[in-house]
Amino acid sequence: MRRIYVQGVGAVSPAGWGVAALVDAVSNQRGTPVQSLVRQGVPDGLPVRLVATPESFSPGLSHPRMRRSSPISHYAVGAAIEALGRDWERNKSTGERLGVICCAFAGCVSYSRRFFDEVLRDPSTASPLIFPETVFNAPASHLSAVLGTTERNYTLVGDQAEFLKGLALGAGWICDGTMDGCLVVAAEEADWLTADALRLLSPGLIASEGAGAVYLNQEPSAVELTGVTQPNLYLQRRGQAKALLGWEWPTTPDQNADLLCDGLSEATLSNSPESKIWRDWTGPRMSPKRFLGEGLSAGSAWQVVAAVNALRLGVAKRAFISVVGLNEQAIGAVFSKTVLPGDTGD
Amino acid sequence: MLFPPPPRPLPDSRVAVTGCGIVSPVGRGWSQNALAFRAGTRAIRRGTAIDVSRQRTKVAAEVDLPDMAEIGASRSHRQRAGRAGKMLFLAASEAWIQAGWQSNESSVALSLGTTSAGMELGEAYYRQAIHGPSQRRQPSRLIHYQAQRQALDLADALGFHGPVTIIANACASGANAIGHGAELIRSGRIERVMVGGYDALSQLVFAGFDSLKALSPTTCRPFDLRRDGLALGEGAAVLCLESLDSARKRGCVILGEIAGYGTATDLHHLTQPHPNGDAALASMSRACTNAGVGPDQIGYVNAHGTGTVANDSSEARAICRWAGMRALTLPVSSTKAGIGHLLGAAGAVEAAICLMALRGQWLPPESGIEEVDPACGFDLVRRSTDAHFEYALTNSFGFGGANASIVLRRYP
Repeated sequence: MRRIYVQGVGAVSPAGWGVAALVDAVSNQRGTPVQSLVRQGVPDGLPVRLVATPESFSPGLSHPRMRRSSPISHYAVGAAIEALGRDWERNKSTGERLGVICCAFAGCVSYSRRFFDEVLRDPSTASPLIFPETVFNAPASHLSAVLGTTERNYTLVGDQAEFLKGLALGAGWICDGTMDGCLVVAAEEADWLTADALRLLSPGLIASEGAGAVYLNQEPSAVELTGVTQPNLYLQRRGQAKALLGWEWPTTPDQNADLLCDGLSEATLSNSPESKIWRDWTGPRMSPKRFLGEGLSAGSAWQVVAAVNALRLGVAKRAFISVVGLNEQAIGAVFSKTVLPGDTGD
Repeated sequence: MLFPPPPRPLPDSRVAVTGCGIVSPVGRGWSQNALAFRAGTRAIRRGTAIDVSRQRTKVAAEVDLPDMAEIGASRSHRQRAGRAGKMLFLAASEAWIQAGWQSNESSVALSLGTTSAGMELGEAYYRQAIHGPSQRRQPSRLIHYQAQRQALDLADALGFHGPVTIIANACASGANAIGHGAELIRSGRIERVMVGGYDALSQLVFAGFDSLKALSPTTCRPFDLRRDGLALGEGAAVLCLESLDSARKRGCVILGEIAGYGTATDLHHLTQPHPNGDAALASMSRACTNAGVGPDQIGYVNAHGTGTVANDSSEARAICRWAGMRALTLPVSSTKAGIGHLLGAAGAVEAAICLMALRGQWLPPESGIEEVDPACGFDLVRRSTDAHFEYALTNSFGFGGANASIVLRRYP
């Protein structure tokens, strides 16, 4: 099996545009501002953490495709271009076969709601400009167009854990020789509809929005993807709690040396299946969603981004990512600080 | 581990189809559908599943769903599932029984394509939500609207628990799901996989295509000179895939093979293909390279052929460029003339049609054509015809430039 390396990471979150803003919020344990979305019948509105408009636009957002696109596409492109780095346009000249995998839970909810509102009022006048942006793969399509890659492009739908499955799929494409590199992105946008749904399904969670991206290929770099666990599905006969009992990791985490990056938020910190699994963990630990909110699929991408950054900084040699999804699966991933032949590993 | 996968001896690279289930507007099950597609039956009529009274176009191709109790769906499944989930269950049950797979299989994965999953449940949720934060029935609608929940309901009903992948690549989703499953088998990552696509008609999607003026106000007639749009349909198809070695060892009926898979992304426009069909050409070429065949060996092409001016001219050009001189005698048809565009289900249903045609050695005709567009430099199949051929290719192209092609092979 070939080794798969992380070439770059990118993030757009309520902390700001870029990995630095995310890391700053998480490492300083500084919660991002909670705002209120108007919701008929809810006097105080719905709490939500939103992405602020950037002070300067990320390259790529001026592409003609982005003109009418919704926030989710902007976040996806912003995170992806940061992950690709300064040479983000090199694909056009080097001919690298760059696959694109976008993951979503709620997806293009903002335009979908707007369009369906118009349909309910009068379908004969519903806007043909909005409808195409309601389709799940619109952000992925815009991303390929901005990057100029005509290679394979998948949009995967699932709960928060989908992003880690996307990483495994992208790594598989590279190992099989289907692609030279793969950009795995997760993006979500906030809307009262999503915030209201979270209120029903998991009271206490604060919805947020943004994106995270990881650029994988086989060129040795500081961090490698060591493994992604099998998903533990929440089938009726075993449910979420029982599914977690069978969680098999590729290697046992060592509290003295490894970093745990969990998916706990304010609402799930003390009394959730995930908190119970890791309650005895006393080693280094990060919980990005405590400060950034429930970003759904983007939230698990933020976990990976924060962990990869910590490995690069030498906080630990391995990072364990724990994602317990809302209604489909639990899944984990392990990243390692790269030890190349001849390295002492120090 | 999902990655890296556990080391396994590489299986035979050939991927066998050992089960196939289909629900379409022309019928339920392999036999009914084979008869209908061989005859070129049309099932497009005034829509009743959704309110079309204020739409520009009033017709669609709908599935007549049976009483789910009759076909073994549990009470909770019957109560929670929407039309899409029910069609998925019907198709998957047929495929599962035909393949002879057993429950409690950890080695079975699921790869599904859909564009809108349980959208009717999502619409019902929204209609209630805009009137205030009532919770009556809302959590259930919310959960069962989502594709992952439909997939888990299916896994629960049939009793398997391998990894689930849901690909939402617009109208190429079903083809992508099949291609992904075939790659899982070929690479040795999984022993068995159920693959397919499903989608039901919904108000939002119907209004969306109507708003784009993509729906035909007359008759959906792909590749006709005066074509004026597509018709929407609904349905599901599910295939059971395993390595040919495994299928032979089990001694089961082998319906055909997934021989090749190719994809490409069209960057031209979010909803319009490039007029030259470059991505379609790349998708077909890659699928054939993957299958180790050339256009001369393809005996039938099930075109994406939506009936829109832009798609059909672009695809016709791509087919002619790809096939070269072979195009002159290459049989091509679009079965969307009979059942409409099934969106996320289209690629899977059309792969099932190719399997039927390969197995029965006939070509699915396209009825309703008045005058073939001269851009179609190929043999548009317009009458029910017997044929001798070993390979068929099916195209699925979607919004966002998602292009996928699958090559299927006859199994003697």
